[in-house]
Amino acid sequence: MSDFFNSGWSTFIAVTTVVSLIACLALLIIASRRKPMANDNTTGHVWDVDLVELNNPLPRWWMVLFVLTVVCGGAYVFLYPGLGSSAGTLNWTSTGQYEAEQKKAATAMAAVYARYASQPAEVLAKDAGAMGIGERLFVNNCAACHGSDARGSKGFPNLTDSDWLYGGSLETIKETIANGRQGVMPPMAAAVGSAQDVVNVANYVLSLSGSPHNAIQAAAGREKFVACAACHGPGGKGTPALGAPNLTDKVWLHGWGEEAIVAMVNNGKTNVMPAHASRLTPEQIHVLGAYVWSLSRGAPTGP
Amino acid sequence: MSSTKPRVIPIVAAEAASEVEGEGGWLFEKQKKIYPRSVTGYFSNWRWAMVWLTQIVFYGLPWLQWNDRQAVLFDLASRRFYIFGLVLHPQDLVYLAALLIISAYLLFLFTAVAGRLWCGFTCPQTVYTEIFLWVERRFEGDRIARMRLDEAPWSFNKLWRKAGKQAVWIAIGLWTGFTLVGYFTPVKVLWGEAFTLAFGPWEWFWVLFYGFATYGNAGYLREQVCTYMCPYARFQSAMFDRDTLIVSYDPARGEPRGSRGRKVDPKSKGLGDCIDCSLCVQVCPTGIDIRNGLQYQCIGCASCIDVCNEVMDKMNYERGLIRFATQNGLANRWSKLQTWKRVLRPRVLVYSGVLGLICIGFVVSLALRSPFRVDVVRDRGALARLVDDGAIENVYRLQVMNATEGTQHYRVTLEGLEGAAITSKAEFEVGSAEARWWPVSVQVPHAATRALGPGAHPLRFRIERLAKGDDGSVDVVEKSTFVVPR
Repeated sequence: MSDFFNSGWSTFIAVTTVVSLIACLALLIIASRRKPMANDNTTGHVWDVDLVELNNPLPRWWMVLFVLTVVCGGAYVFLYPGLGSSAGTLNWTSTGQYEAEQKKAATAMAAVYARYASQPAEVLAKDAGAMGIGERLFVNNCAACHGSDARGSKGFPNLTDSDWLYGGSLETIKETIANGRQGVMPPMAAAVGSAQDVVNVANYVLSLSGSPHNAIQAAAGREKFVACAACHGPGGKGTPALGAPNLTDKVWLHGWGEEAIVAMVNNGKTNVMPAHASRLTPEQIHVLGAYVWSLSRGAPTGP
Repeated sequence: MSSTKPRVIPIVAAEAASEVEGEGGWLFEKQKKIYPRSVTGYFSNWRWAMVWLTQIVFYGLPWLQWNDRQAVLFDLASRRFYIFGLVLHPQDLVYLAALLIISAYLLFLFTAVAGRLWCGFTCPQTVYTEIFLWVERRFEGDRIARMRLDEAPWSFNKLWRKAGKQAVWIAIGLWTGFTLVGYFTPVKVLWGEAFTLAFGPWEWFWVLFYGFATYGNAGYLREQVCTYMCPYARFQSAMFDRDTLIVSYDPARGEPRGSRGRKVDPKSKGLGDCIDCSLCVQVCPTGIDIRNGLQYQCIGCASCIDVCNEVMDKMNYERGLIRFATQNGLANRWSKLQTWKRVLRPRVLVYSGVLGLICIGFVVSLALRSPFRVDVVRDRGALARLVDDGAIENVYRLQVMNATEGTQHYRVTLEGLEGAAITSKAEFEVGSAEARWWPVSVQVPHAATRALGPGAHPLRFRIERLAKGDDGSVDVVEKSTFVVPR
């Protein structure tokens, strides 16, 4: 609740506050006691030859307002957190207010999301309203890594192509968003063999997608590919169940060329997609998943 | 009275308002209730004209329609201000500043020329007090009758008059509060809610609070607001100079005051024109005697001028014993024309000049206001990325804010960077008075990036609103950079 090093500070603040409130009232009472003034009701101060200060009474409404402000101050520290670490009788917290407002917004949106929750991706992709919500959810939650245009960058998958590490069905996309993914490429240098073997394998991998490569080294690396085939499949087509990428297409998530592949085989890589189940509701994830699904199919609403 | 001799303002000892028994007593003062007498005349007509004008605008505006929406609506939830054909966004706050500056300079100008004109004729405090006083007179009669009623013991007569007044006051207060909220919540919706008392919590609060403030200020506090609370009252006095037209009693003409018959020539009795009827004190809403000279309580309402002129007419004397006059004019016995010649003095010319400039700037700026705004934000996740054939791609988000009502189509093109091309969809639309993030990917081919070398290179986005119907096409150009990595 409170951020004090010890309870002494809390007491200090509480006492100061209460004393200040009482002092305000005391000041008013003392200052408004009528003191007899010099003969002509002035304080005796004179400025600019003839400017004098009169000792006129305060207006009553002003006195009443002053007392009211003190009463309001007292009521405030009684009801709300104000006296040191006291929580106030209303138990108000900013966190509580935030959660209440979140709940209110969720209730307001529930009807909208309820309509979308049961619809399949194909229907949602054609619904401008759902795609608008999806677009905003994407910009706020995904674009930081995957880019505003969803085409990703090095290490962050492109979501607009048809190449999916784990599969591109709406269910799989929703699974990815909700629970995250942990893509692991273990260091395989030992399994592959010598440093030359690694270079050979890298050239073989390049040859799979028809990229520029050294044909002799590729041929030599072919048999060493067995170590890779366990995950990437004998043809290097990838395994969605493991999130092992397809090596036969032109998509290079972690860099392209012999050097990048050699580094990958030697060092491995762990790539993380964080889970969003705690940040987004299942209904939001459904709409967002449908939006991402539509991106890879060149839906007219997507960029 | 010469202009060099300082005028002595008599110091009046305050009466001790002893509220508590015992020694000393308390230093506070109950409001002395003022019973302003009703007044008719030239300035009074002006004030009523201003009451009608300001209140028809205030109570009427929310009910006007414009293109199937409320003509004037301050939509706080979606942060859009609709004012007839204009849609203002938070970015247009500068117009509010300009409006406030214009209001301030208008106040300075009026005040320098003719004192507290604002206070006496158009200030809401004055206007609502005038309305509430009118109601009070309908139920309780004029000054004398009201005083008698207040002194009289409670009777059925007193009860129904007081109760009727209160009922009408509360009704006006509530209607005022309702109207205020109607500027923020569509008034037709509010009207529907009113029948079932289904206002939201904040609507309830503001209707009741503003209603109570109107009722309290115009019904009870009245002149105390001007005397004690109002900040403008204080600094307006600082704008007076000796050539400011203020409500003034002409002592050279009026003194020595005294009663006399209508047939008597005052000169023969050694009297001035003031017959000491005290009507000017009775009509004064702040309860001062203008014959004591300029006082800070005077709000320049000119009621005393109206009533004194009536008396002068009855006596067959010349009008203007109390009139709008300047201190210089009174001291030097200037004619109206001579007084008015002094109006165009440097202070007034400067105020008018600045006011004119700001007004012109305000109107021109509104007329030339772009119908949409664009912000270019580079993607923060990655500076640049390599695509298949060695080309470099940068991603940007265009925040496009459509400041018009109606869906608009936009097209993005690039300028100022050799070989750059947009590889994402470059045409899109933004709905009525909405803002939209639009991602744009810009690609520069491998050869061109080699020519550019690594670093950030300037590039410009030209966003064109395509012509549609009677909306012409408009261009906005925004700068950004294109990053080529090492």
